[in-house]
Formats: sequence, C-alpha cells, structure tokens
Amino acid sequence: MNRRNFIQTTGLASASLMLPKFLKAQEKNAAINSDKILVIVQLTGGNDGLNTVVPFENDLYYNARPNIAIQKKEALKLTNQLGLNPAMIGFRNLFDEGKMCLINNVGYPDPDRSHFRSMDIWHTASNSNEYKSSGWLGRYLDEQCGDCDQPTQVLEIDDTLSLALKGNNVKGLALKDAKRLYGTTIDPFIHQLSKQPVSGDHHHDNAAYLYKTLAETVSSADYIYKTSKIFQSTATYPNHQFGKSMKTISEFIISGINTKVYYVSLGSFDTHFNQQKRQGVLLQQLSETVEVFMNDIKKNGKADDVLLMTFSEFGRRVQENASNGTDHGTANQIFLFGNSLKKNGIYNAAPNLSDLDDGDLKHSVDFKNVYATLLKKWLNTDEQKILGNKFSYLDFI
Amino acid sequence: MLSENEKIKHLYNRAGFGMTVNDWKTKTNFQQEVDKLFQQKSYQSLQAVTLEEVQEAKDKMKTLAKEDVKDLKQLMKANVFELNNLWLNEMVHSEAQLQEKMALFWHGHFACRSVNPYYDQQYLDIIRKNALGDFKILLKEISFTPAMLQFLNNQQNKKDHPNENFAREVMELFTLGRGNYTEQDVKEAARAFTGYGFDKTGIFKFRTQQHDYGMKNFQGKSGDFSGEDILQFILEKKECAYFITKKIYSFFVNDLVDENIVQQLSIQFYQSNYDIKSLMKTIFSSTWFYDAKNIAAKIKSPVELITGMFRLIPTSFEKDESKIFLQRTLGQVLLNPPNVAGWPGGRSWIDSSSLLFRMRLPQIIYYDKELDIEPKEETPETKMQMQQMQLADGFVKKFASKKLAATSDWSEITTYFSTGSETVNEIISMVLANKPAAAAIKTLKFNTDTSNKEKEIKSAMIHVLSLPDYQLC
Repeated sequence: MNRRNFIQTTGLASASLMLPKFLKAQEKNAAINSDKILVIVQLTGGNDGLNTVVPFENDLYYNARPNIAIQKKEALKLTNQLGLNPAMIGFRNLFDEGKMCLINNVGYPDPDRSHFRSMDIWHTASNSNEYKSSGWLGRYLDEQCGDCDQPTQVLEIDDTLSLALKGNNVKGLALKDAKRLYGTTIDPFIHQLSKQPVSGDHHHDNAAYLYKTLAETVSSADYIYKTSKIFQSTATYPNHQFGKSMKTISEFIISGINTKVYYVSLGSFDTHFNQQKRQGVLLQQLSETVEVFMNDIKKNGKADDVLLMTFSEFGRRVQENASNGTDHGTANQIFLFGNSLKKNGIYNAAPNLSDLDDGDLKHSVDFKNVYATLLKKWLNTDEQKILGNKFSYLDFI
Repeated sequence: MLSENEKIKHLYNRAGFGMTVNDWKTKTNFQQEVDKLFQQKSYQSLQAVTLEEVQEAKDKMKTLAKEDVKDLKQLMKANVFELNNLWLNEMVHSEAQLQEKMALFWHGHFACRSVNPYYDQQYLDIIRKNALGDFKILLKEISFTPAMLQFLNNQQNKKDHPNENFAREVMELFTLGRGNYTEQDVKEAARAFTGYGFDKTGIFKFRTQQHDYGMKNFQGKSGDFSGEDILQFILEKKECAYFITKKIYSFFVNDLVDENIVQQLSIQFYQSNYDIKSLMKTIFSSTWFYDAKNIAAKIKSPVELITGMFRLIPTSFEKDESKIFLQRTLGQVLLNPPNVAGWPGGRSWIDSSSLLFRMRLPQIIYYDKELDIEPKEETPETKMQMQQMQLADGFVKKFASKKLAATSDWSEITTYFSTGSETVNEIISMVLANKPAAAAIKTLKFNTDTSNKEKEIKSAMIHVLSLPDYQLC
C-alpha cells in the first residue's frame, strides 16, 4: 500500500491508534468523504439486451423476434435508431438529464453460456479458460486495504457475500440490514468472543484469522449501524427488495460510511418463457429505483461522487425461442449513471445484427476494459495488480 | 507429543468426518485405528433415480404446460438433491469414513456438475468406488463418464470442429497442472479425444465418424494416438504424481505444503503405480502428520462442518431440503461445485457473513432459533433444473425467516458427560481439535447454563460448537 492509500483508508494513522474503534471509524470518514463511490447493480440471470435497448429501425431485429420484439412506437427513443424498453422511463429521464452512459455490446472472448460459469468470469475478471478463486472487487480490497481493521470499504447488500467481493486476503462485508447485523453481533457470547485479544499471527494461524475476522465483523457492524443512523432518507423508494436495498445504500453513502464500492443484485432475468411481462417488471424495478436513488443522492449533495453501473452475466440469443422467450447468449450492454460522466448518452455502436457468431452477438468491448477504467480512473487504484494484465481505458469518465 | 487419544481425534478429523460418542468409547488404540481405516469394507452404490425415471421426467417436461404440482413432486424423486442427501448420510453414518472423505476430495478434484441426475449418480459411483483404489483407473473412468464429457463439452469435440475444453482441463486441473504441457499439447490431445461421447442411456460411445485418426504430436511423441494413449502418456509423467500428491497433502494435512514431504510422497505414489491406498496409509502412519503445526490447521469445509456435528449429535430434519439449505447458505453444495476447478477451500470459506452464520448454526439447529438468512438465488441452467430449483427456492424462501425444525438425540452426549465435574473442559478436549485461548474458555464458562447437569452439558456443547475454534480440524 502506498502512503496516499494508507492515509485514505486509515485516516490519521498515528493519532488514530490511540482512539477507540468507533471514533477511529469516524475519523476515517473525514479522510474518505471526498472520495469516489461506485455502486454495482448485478442483473442476475442474463438480461435480454436487445429488448432493453431496442434497435427499432432494424428489420433483422424484427425478423428474429416476430412475437416478442418491442415495437417502434412503444420504445422510449434515445436516438433515431435506439430506444429503451417501455418499462424504463426512469432511465430515459436520466438519459435526458445527461446522466446516463450506455456502453453497447460488452462481453469477452470465447463466451460461456452457463449462468454460473459466465457470472464466475465476470466476478473474477478471468479469461474464459482460467479459474480464479478471488473476485475483482475483493482484490481491490486486498490492494486498498491490506491490513484494515474493518472490511467496510466494499459492501454487498445481501445476506451472503458474492465471489466478486472476496479477495485473496481481505473480504468485503455482506449485510441486508444494518440493525439486524448489529443485533446478531451484540449477542453476548459472540460479542465477548470478539473482544478477546487475538494471539498468534493471523497470516499463518487459522485460529487467529478466524478471531480477527470475528473482531472485524463485530466492529464493522457496530460502525455501520451507528454511523448509518446519521441520515434517514426521506425519498420514496419503491416497495420491493431492490428498492429497499438501494435506499440502504443511499443512507450509507449520505451518512458518510467509508465504503467505496456497493454491490447489489436484482433478478432473475432468465426469461426462457413469456419474456415480455417478466422482463418488463424487472426493468421497471431497476429503472424506477435507480432514478429515485440518483435524485436522492443529488438532493443530498453527493451527485458528483457516485457512479452506478449495471451488468448482467450475458445477453440472450438474437432469435426468440418457441416459448415467447429467449435463450442464453453472449454480449450485452452496460449502463453507467452519474454526474461525472465524461461521455454521456450512447458510448459506442449498437451490436451488428448482420454479423453474428452462430446466432449470437460478437462483443466489441471487453468488460475488463470497463473494470480497468473504473478501477483506475474512478477508484484511483493500481488496476493492473487487480486485473493481472494491462487493459486499455475507455473514456466515459 | 500427542496422546494416543489426541492422535485418534486428529486422524478422525482428517481421514473421516470427526468422531462419534461411540468412537470415543471404543476407539482407544491408535495403531489399530489406522489399520482399521484401510480394512476392506463392502461397497454400496447410492441410487436415487433410475434411467427410466429421468427419461420419463424429461418427456413430461416437453408436454408440461403449466406447473402441475403432481408432476413436480414426481420430478423431485428424480432429483440430484436426493443423491446429495444419500451421500451426506453416508458421510455421517458410514463405517467407511476414509472412503467417503476421499470421495469428497475427488469430488473437488474432478469437479463436475450435471443437469442429469442419472449421470450424476454414475459420476458419484466412480469417485466413491475408486476413492482408495488405482488412480489410473479412476482417471480413465471419470474422463469417460457422461457427466464429465458433457460438463467439459466433449460431445461437441469432433474431427472437423475440435473442442479443446476437455483436453485442457484434464491436463490443467486433473493431472499435470499448469506449466507441464504446452498449448500445442492441448490441441493435439483434443484431437485424440474427438468422437468420445455418450448416448442417451448414459453409456460411453466412441463415434468413429467423428474421431480424428490422423497423426498427433503430443509431448514429443508422434503417432495416431487415441484418448487412452494420451491419458497413458500423462500418467507416465512424474509431474502427474506430484500434482495429485500435493493436492492430497493440502486437503488432508495442511494448506501450507511441506515441499520435501510432498516430493517423497509423490515418488512413492509414482513407484506404487498410483496406488491411492498406500499413499494415504503412509500419510496417516507418519509421525509428521501428527506434528503440532498440522493440528487444527485446516478450516472445515461446510460439508465437513455439518457432517461432523451430525456425527456428534444425531440429528434429523422434518424436511431433507433443510440439509440442502444449509449447504447452500454455507457455500458448498454436494454435486454442485462452482466450476471444474472445484471449491477453492481454506480461508475462502470464511467471510464475515459465513463466519457469523457458522457460529449461529448450533443454536439454529439445537435451540430451534430462527434462520434469518437467505442464500443467493441461483439461476438454473436448464428446464429440468429449473423445475427442480423452483421447489428448492420455494423452500429456501419459505424457510429463510423460519426454523429448520430439527430433532436431535442428546442421550449419548448427556450420558457420556454425566459423571464429570469439569463439563466445559471435558467437552473441549473431546470436540475441539485444539484447546482455545484462555479468554474463550472463560467466555464459554460464563455463558453456560448450569441450572442442572443436563442443561449444562447441552449448553456447554452448543457453545463449544459455536466457537471459531470449532471451525478448525
């Protein structure tokens, strides 16, 4: 860890050693408040990209999808070629305000059509023929936070932690509800165990590692719960789990918790049957919530600091199937939202439907270039160490 | 130096899934216990489903318009989960502890998931049957079983369009490891495996029309090699014995590998012509296996954790799916590894949420506390799997905020500890791989309900099982 990062993540290191943990945590915030925050929304199950961003002037699209295509008159026009799924009014509003950037046709070479494996590849940022046991955001944590006493820099809003957030040495924290996690950790038995001094070297000794993890968990739960009480959002978030999760993220951000990356999932987008209704419901949940969230963040003066990205493990095949749905495909779009986008609107050309690979889209942007850009230009970290290779940057930020 | 009893405890933690109360009473002679592990036991395959049932279910899928509950219930029978439960049950109850532990190792090594429960059943049979046998036979059988051929896309490996996935993983993950073969070797091996597939009835089929009979150059040799030839060449390489031995060492002994020991073991393994049994016997009979640095050095995998608890305290659940729920929430579902590389193991099992859940688990099971946790949704890959998983997910959702409804039998435990005066310390010495720090013992004693002896035993046991130290073996 270089000195700048060290100070970023630990506050005034020398002075803080003397302070109790809670105060120490508050001190960290002061140093971190000015920093950039990334929110990642995972669309689980493989969202159909072609019915999300609709090429409404393309006959090939309508030929491939006689039953489930979004009609031109229904699409929410972005350009004279592309429009959004009619359920996505929120995204269109953000697009109109210049706060959205759409990157078309993102994927990776030799795409895998298994949900599990393809998600694995996106989580670990591996090539499709290699297997990594750590996630890209976990390795960001390894870099950023080698010996932090709280793994709160990367948070997932869920009960269990995704591979994306597991580093080789440090792992992010998963929680759905700060109060509930806090409640678990103040159980007397758990709490007392967490306070006992850790003997042994946690790098080599697994018992020390477990007690250290426990101590960090309990102190993080305490820090998050107490800090997040600072701000209660008055915005009206939709009443579904995703809405609640995004409200939680907003409250954490505005309260000034020292988290730099938030992770949350929405699904399932696996629309093999009767796609239109199911996808419409999910896209509406996504779109309406993201709009409320971005406005909430703006109202509370954090608009310049927050960037939100959506992705899915793959898109779907161009041709619809016999059950008014679509099967597993390849490349897909990424949406980015924020005040600080250098390029807003549509970043690159829509997929070419006349040049397919066995009925599937050929990706034109590798997702690892997107990761590299976010890590370097937004989170200001050494992305090569995290990704293992040099990937050129895109210029959306 | 460990006492005889401590050695037996360590042996059973690693060569099996931990000791039962009966084991405490009967297993007292260390040397005898090592020998007994290797005594031949009659082998039984596990059968959850027949080929006919799977085919019938598949046919039904095609016509199934709406979710018909009756049909779904029938499908449950043809379910991978049932096989999962059968195997988990063996781990808990079988006398052949080493066979099941070794099969768990091979499951992570030859990691495979199939969408067809019948293929899964065939696959499981191969790793259990050959668990302590001849690695050469194990490798061949596993390489040509439909589950694996399908998982690694070898059905699509044809003369005109070779698919390298199978050939690559065989070398990278199953035998040699990176650095011991070239990209050219992968290409040539893939050609040798062209036409290796299976038919609908789950029988290996060599499709001569799809096989490439041309000359292949593999690792400096050339000829019209078959897939069997390639496996034979791989097995002739000492690197293969080393790769397997090292992985066995980190699974059974310590994640931090002692290079000298692994070298020696791998020479023995190679010279024994890949006899798994003699390799394991050497390990468990050695003095270094019982060195302090190897005691309590491993973090239990979720399956080791729950089977160990069930062996100690016989436990049954109102619904078998409860055990699937536990595996999913803890992050290791049998017959459902994350990818062909298997579970990474070690510290990757532990993060804040999984550690807290592991520590709450004994209270959830034995005091019937609320679960209050929901594992991640997993998207099914096929229509067949989708029907199965809708049931499982429905269960998960239903149970997430509820209780597991377990019934447990404490009689043996309470009898065993009824006469002692130092309940907490006695339980620690029987149950934990290593003595916890003094502060933890103090916390244990402080939190133990001592209102009567029976409550004291139960409360002390549940708290011991909740310790971070119980995560180690």
